[in-house]
This record gives sequence, C-alpha cells and structure tokens, in this order.
Amino acid sequence: MTTVPMTLPADWRDFLALTKPRVMTLVVFTGLCGMLAAPVTIHPVLGFTAVLCIALGAGAAGALNQWYEADLDAKMKRTRGRPLPAGRMDRQSALHFGVGLAIFSVLLMGLAVNIPAALILTVSILFYVLIYTVWLKRRTPQNIVIGGAAGAFPPLIGWAAATGQVALLPFLLFSLVFLWTPPHFWALALFVRSDYAAAGVPMLPVVAGERTTRVQIGLYTVPMAVVAILPWLLNLTGPLYGVIATALTVAFGVLALRVATRTTQPDDTMKPEKQLFAYSILYLFAMFGALVADRWIPYA
Amino acid sequence: MPEHDDRIRARQRARATAMALVLGGLVVLLFAITIVKIQAGMGT
Repeated sequence: MTTVPMTLPADWRDFLALTKPRVMTLVVFTGLCGMLAAPVTIHPVLGFTAVLCIALGAGAAGALNQWYEADLDAKMKRTRGRPLPAGRMDRQSALHFGVGLAIFSVLLMGLAVNIPAALILTVSILFYVLIYTVWLKRRTPQNIVIGGAAGAFPPLIGWAAATGQVALLPFLLFSLVFLWTPPHFWALALFVRSDYAAAGVPMLPVVAGERTTRVQIGLYTVPMAVVAILPWLLNLTGPLYGVIATALTVAFGVLALRVATRTTQPDDTMKPEKQLFAYSILYLFAMFGALVADRWIPYA
Repeated sequence: MPEHDDRIRARQRARATAMALVLGGLVVLLFAITIVKIQAGMGT
C-alpha cells in the first residue's frame, strides 16, 4: 500500500494576498471619489455594491496577474514571498479564484448597478490582464505607460455607476491617473532597478538607462500637471479643488524636477526618488480627496 | 502523520469559516439590493 502525501491547502489569507490589497486601496479610493464627484447621488446600498465590485474586479485582475507571473515573481525579492512563488498555493487555485472573482464582480455590477459600469469594469480587468500582464510587461519598456491605463479606470467606473454614462470630468480623472503612473512607477524602478533587472522585466531604467528614465519622469509630469488643473480651468470644479490641486501639483513638479535633473552617485541612497514615489501616492489620494471635498462642501 | 492531518483540518476549517462569512455577507447584500430595487420600482 502506498501513501499519498497530502499537501496543505492554501490559507484564506493567501487568497486575500492574491488580490493585492494594498494596490486595491488606491483603486477603491479613486473609484469611490469618482462616484462621489458625480453630479447625481446613488443609493448608499448600490454605491457600496459598486465600490465592492470595483474592489473585487481589481482583486481578480491582481490574482490573474499573479497567476500569470508566478515565475517572474519568484525572481524578485519584493514578490518572492507571494503565495504562488512561495509554494503556498497551486496555480490552478489562483486561476479559478481570479476568473471566478472577475465574472462575479462584472455580473453583480451589471445586475445591481448598471450596464455601462459593468462594461467599463470588464474592459479594465481585461486591459490589466491581457494588455498589461500578458502582452506588454515583458515586451516593452513602455509597459507601465499603457498598462497604467488599467489602474486609471476606477474613477470612470465610479462615475458611470452613479450616472450611467461617462463625461469629461471622469475622463480627465482617468487621464490624471494614466499620466501619473509613469513618474510614480519609474521613481520606484530607479531604486529597485536591480530587482527588475534580475527578473528580466524591461523596465525603462533597465533597457534605456537611468538618464532616459529621469528625463521621461520629467516629461510625463508636464501633461500630468496640466490634466490635474484642467478640471478647475474648465470650470468643472470649484476654487477649492483649484487651489489644492495647484499646490499639490507644484510640489509634485518640484520633486519630479529634482529627480529628472540629478544623477545617481556611488553609494547613493536615492532619497529624492524615494521621496517622489512616496509623495506620488499621497498626491493621488489628496487630489481625489480635494475633488470630493470641492463637490460636497457648500461654498458661501 | 496526525500532526499534519490536524494542520490540514485546521486550515480547512478556517477556509470554511471564511467562506461562510463571505456567503452570509453576500446574502445580506443581495437582500438589501433587492429591497432598494423594489423601492425604486415603486417610485418611493
């Protein structure tokens, strides 16, 4: 009689980790803000459902990303502790979980909220999984430029959930996240460069070099700054957003300029790059927070 | 391997509990959505 070794089933925390909860925070926040910035209000139950669907959709995309990139994650210090490369879960479970979650999130959005929001959610999941993960990430140093669009969908989805359509303001919010992504990720790529190089991911610093990356950070910051202030200039928001957005964007520009114009020294701590990366996260939270505050705080 | 079996059972129990909580939450959510939709349909 032979004994079959029983492997330990994956822990529920590993399934949670597949959804990339930290990335989801920003996705949920921008989606919620897109919804709250809309000119019509949505019933709180349906609003909660829409945000839940955005979170589940993002979680599904994250799970499918980890399913596809298990080999790559195993090569990077930052990601080798994830459930799949660490061997705590089999790939099939991750695939089933990701596909199931994606279908469920889209169906729930379509049935409970509205069809346009469900359609944009579908596009965002497919965009992240197929365009970014499968197609671009391993092929081009422009991977995160186009792939960043996937992370830009939540404000559009939130707005569509509330109104049933899209308009210029949510499109500008989409553009803001889209143009914010390159400086944000390339600042990170500058100080975790060796990690990406070891995994063979063609991130810009690995392929085009540090100088080009720094210049690109500076170049992408310009249209990002314009798009950040455009909602106010076009009278789509009030002065509260205008003042806060201008101040936050000027600070972003200063940090980006510092990164764009310097060169890495021997034993460099990469402090400006780390500062830009940290500030960029705070920046996006604050910008969307300002947008909601502007919509809800009554002016005298 | 009784220790290994215990660990498997403990993990299965934890997964079953997590799934029960998720399904319970889903039942509450779907009930709430249904009520909202019915109210909207009645024009209230």
